[in-house]
Amino acid sequence: MTATRADAPPPELRLPKRRGVELCLLVGAVLISVYGYADVGLARNGAVPPDVAGYGAGLGLLALVAHLAVRFRAPYADPLLLPIAVLLNGLGLVLIYRLDLETPKDQAAPTQLIWSTLGVAFFIAVVVFLRDHRVLQRYAYLSVAAALVLMIVPIFFPAVNGAKIWIRVGGFSFQPGEFAKILLAIFFAAYLAANRNALAYTGRKLWKLQLPTGRVLGPIVAIWLLSVGVLVLERDLGTSLLFFGLFVIMLYVATGRTGWIAVGMVLAAVGAFVVGSFEPHVHSRVEDWLDPFASIDAGQGPSQLAQSLFAFAAGGMLGAGLGLGHSILIGFAAKSDFILATAGEELGLSGLTAVFLLYALLVARGYRAGLALRDPFGRLLAIGLASILALQVFVIAGGVMGLIPLTGMAMPFLAQGGSSVVTNWIIVALLIRVSDVARTPHPDHAETGVVAPVLEDEQ
Amino acid sequence: MIRYIRRAAAFCLLLLVALLVNAARIQIFQADELDDNPANRRSTIARYDQPRGNILVGEESVTGSEDTGEQLAYERTYKHGPLYAPVTGYASQTYGTTLVENAEDDILSGTDSLLAPLPLWNEITRSRQPGGNVVTTVKDSVQRAAYEGLGGRRGAVAALDPSTGKILALVSSPSYDPERLSGTGSAVTDAWARLTSSKSQPMLNRAIRQTYPPGSTFKIVTAAAALDSGVVTDPDAATDTPSPYVLPGTSTVLPNEASGCGKASLSEAIRVSCNTVMAHLGVEVGLDGMLEAVAKFGFNDSGLRIPSGVAKSNFDTEMSDDQLALSSIGQFDTTATPLQMAMVASAVANGGDLMYPYLVDRTTTDDGNTVQQRGSRSYHQAMNPTTAMRLQRMMVDVVESGTGTNAAIDGVTVGGKTGTAQHGIDNSGTPYAWFISWAQEKNSGRPAVAVAVVVEDASANRADISGGGSAAPIARAVMQAALDD
Repeated sequence: MTATRADAPPPELRLPKRRGVELCLLVGAVLISVYGYADVGLARNGAVPPDVAGYGAGLGLLALVAHLAVRFRAPYADPLLLPIAVLLNGLGLVLIYRLDLETPKDQAAPTQLIWSTLGVAFFIAVVVFLRDHRVLQRYAYLSVAAALVLMIVPIFFPAVNGAKIWIRVGGFSFQPGEFAKILLAIFFAAYLAANRNALAYTGRKLWKLQLPTGRVLGPIVAIWLLSVGVLVLERDLGTSLLFFGLFVIMLYVATGRTGWIAVGMVLAAVGAFVVGSFEPHVHSRVEDWLDPFASIDAGQGPSQLAQSLFAFAAGGMLGAGLGLGHSILIGFAAKSDFILATAGEELGLSGLTAVFLLYALLVARGYRAGLALRDPFGRLLAIGLASILALQVFVIAGGVMGLIPLTGMAMPFLAQGGSSVVTNWIIVALLIRVSDVARTPHPDHAETGVVAPVLEDEQ
Repeated sequence: MIRYIRRAAAFCLLLLVALLVNAARIQIFQADELDDNPANRRSTIARYDQPRGNILVGEESVTGSEDTGEQLAYERTYKHGPLYAPVTGYASQTYGTTLVENAEDDILSGTDSLLAPLPLWNEITRSRQPGGNVVTTVKDSVQRAAYEGLGGRRGAVAALDPSTGKILALVSSPSYDPERLSGTGSAVTDAWARLTSSKSQPMLNRAIRQTYPPGSTFKIVTAAAALDSGVVTDPDAATDTPSPYVLPGTSTVLPNEASGCGKASLSEAIRVSCNTVMAHLGVEVGLDGMLEAVAKFGFNDSGLRIPSGVAKSNFDTEMSDDQLALSSIGQFDTTATPLQMAMVASAVANGGDLMYPYLVDRTTTDDGNTVQQRGSRSYHQAMNPTTAMRLQRMMVDVVESGTGTNAAIDGVTVGGKTGTAQHGIDNSGTPYAWFISWAQEKNSGRPAVAVAVVVEDASANRADISGGGSAAPIARAVMQAALDD
C-alpha cells in the first residue's frame, strides 16, 4: 500500500494502517445516518421515506469512494477523520431533510446532497493530487492573495440578511469567505514556520514582552488587519472572530510567547467593544444576547435566539425524537445558523453531547497529527485547520445557545450551506494528508520543510 | 513547540467544556422556565396536536375535531353550533375557551391527570393522553323545544330537573356558531369582530351570564318568605293591604295591573299578580327576613358554578322600606339570571329542597370509561315543605285560572308564575316577559321539570299579559318535551 514511497520501511517496523477500522467505522456512520433518515419518516408519516435506499446508497457510495482514495493514496492516515466527517455530514442531511418537511416550498436537502458530493469530490482531489502537504508552503503568498480577493469580492454584491458575504451569479450563490479560511491558514502556517525564530527571539523588549522587529511582524499583522477589516465591513463578525482566534493560536504555538495571547485578548476586547458599540447590526445582537427575551416583554414576540433557547429547552435530557420537535419556529435560519437547535431539541442533551464529542475528536485528531509531525509548517497547518473547526463550533454553538453573542456561522458539516460543506471536506482532506505523513513509519521528512527562503522563491 | 500545541489543545478542550456546561444549563436547569415562557408556542402546538375530546348530549356528540394539517393541527367543529353554543361555549385557537369547553378543558385536551393510567410514568415520558369526553345533563328534545320556542327572539331559557338539579336545557337567543371561532386566521378574527360588535350580543349567554329584573316571578320568593316567617299563616285569608298602596315613607303610589287586589289574600295575589299585596308583605317580612329567604334560593351568591360561573343574582342588602317594597315585587335593584328563576320554580316543585344545578353529568376517557361522575347534591332547603306545598297550589292556580293559562298541559299538573319587568330610563324599554313554571305527571311522585323563560322583545306591553302571552307558550313546549322524554 505504500505505493507512493519508493523507500518503504521494512515490514517489521510498519505501524498498523487501520484502513479496515476506518471502513468499519464508515459503515457504522452510514448506517446511523440512514437510521436517522428512516426515523424521521417513521416519526412524521409512520412510514420509512421512499427514497431511504437512495439516500443510503448515495451516502454509502460517497463514503466508499472517499475511503478508497484514502486507502490507496494516504494509507497511513488517521482512520477516525473520514468516518466522523461522513457521520456529521450524514446527520446534517438528516436534520435538513427533517426541516424540509416543515417547509414544503423550500427543499434544501437535495441541494445539500449535491454540495456534499462536490465536497467529497474536492476531498478526493486533495487526497489524490496533493502528494505532500509541504508543497502548499510554496504557495503561501498566492494563497493570501487569493484569500484577500475572495473576501473582498462580496463587497460588490448586495447584502443577504445583513451580511455582505455572498456572491450571487444567476441562481448560484456561495460564500467565498469560507474558502479563504483554508488559504489564510496555509499562509499563516507557512509564514510563521519560516519566521518563528525571528518572531520569538528578535526585536526590542518591552517590559516582559519580547517585541519582534517590524520587518517580520509587519506583513502578517497587515494581512490579518486587512482580513478582519474587510470582514467587519462585510459585517461577517463570526469569520472575523474566527480569523482572530486562529491568528492568536497559531502565533502562540509558533512562538510560545504567552504575551501574544494577552495582547490578543486585549485587542479582541477593544475590538469587540468598539464594533459592538458602533455597528448597529452587531449592537443589536449583543443586546439580544444580554437579554434574549426583551422582544417578548416588548410584545414583539420571541427573537430567533429566544426561539433557539426554547428549542434546546424542549429537548431536555433525551430529546423529543427526530422529526418530533418544533425548532422550525426559529424561522429563516433554522436550517443554517440554527441547525444545532434542531439537534438539541430532537436529540436532547445526550445527542448534543455526542455531536460535540464528534467535533472534539475531529479537532483532537488534527492536533494529534500536528504533534506527530516533524516539520513546523505541517504542524502549524494541522493545528490551524483543527483550530478552525474548534473555533467555528464554539462560536456558532455558543451563539445559538446564548453563551456568547450570536454571529452568523455555519456548524461544520451539519448546517445547510454549500461553500461550508465543501470547505470542511477540504479541511478534512488536508488533515488526512498531514496525518498520513505524521503516521507514516519512516521519518524521512523530518525537519526538511523548514526552509525559509522557499517563501522568497515563490512570488 | 510541542508544549504550546498541548496548551492550545487544552484551550480547545476548555471551549468544548464550556459548550457542554452551557448545554446542560439550558436543557436541564433552565428547561422548565423556558418551557413555561408564554411566548413559547410548543405547549400550544402540543395542545392542538391531537383531536379534542367531545361534549355529549345524551349519546350524541355535539362537537368534533378536524385535522387541518396546519401547525395547530386540530380545530374544533360543532354540530348544531348555535343550538348548543350556550352549553358548549367555544374552543378557539385564537380566543381560548368558554363554558364547558373551558371548565372541562383538562379532560377535553387530555391533560387531566385522571385520564392517565400511570401518572408518574406519563410525567417522565411526557406522553399525552387522548382527550376525554364530557357528558352533559342536557336533553336534546328539551333544548330544541326551548331554542325553537324562542325562534330567534332575544331571550333565554333554563330548564332543570327539580329533584336532581340536572340542567335539561340552557338556551340563549340569538345564538352563534362557535365553529366560526375555531382555528386561526382572518376568517376567525373577522367572525370575532362581527360577533362582538353585534348589537344583539349573540355570544352573551343570557341563561346564566345575564341578569334581568325578574318582575312578578319574584313574588314566589316573597310569598315563600312571608309563609316561612309566619307573616302569613293562612294563604287564603285576606291581608290588610290597601289598593293602591302608598310606599312606606313616601307619597309614591304603587298601582296594580290586576283588579280586585284590595285586601286580597296571598293566594289571590299570586293568581292575578297583585303588586300591592306582595310589596306590603315584603315590608312586613322585613329586610333581614327577605335577605335570609333570597339567599336560600341562591340570590347574592357569586360562587354558583355549573361548572361555569353563573352571574350573581342580586337583592340589595341595604334598603329603605319603600325600596324593599319595590324589590319584593322584583323591581328596584332586584335582578336574576334565568337559571336563578328556574331554581326558584324547581325549589317549589321539589318540596322546598333546592338542588344544586349542574350541567356536566360525568367525564369519561376517550373510550368511554367513566373518569368522574358528578352526583346531585342539595343546595339549600329553600323553604319549609308545607310552604312549598302551599306555593305549589298557588302556582297551579295561576296556570289553571290566573295569568298563566297559556302554559297548561292536559293531564299534567303545571304550576307557573308570569312576570313582566319594566326597565330602561322611566321604564321606556320594551318590558321583559318572564315565565317560570314546573310540571309533574299526575301519577308521578316527583316533578319532571322546572323552567324559566325570559323574552326580551315581547311585543305585548301590558304587565303580566306579555309574560303569559310570550313566555308561557315557550315554557309549555319545554315542559312538554321534558315530560315526553
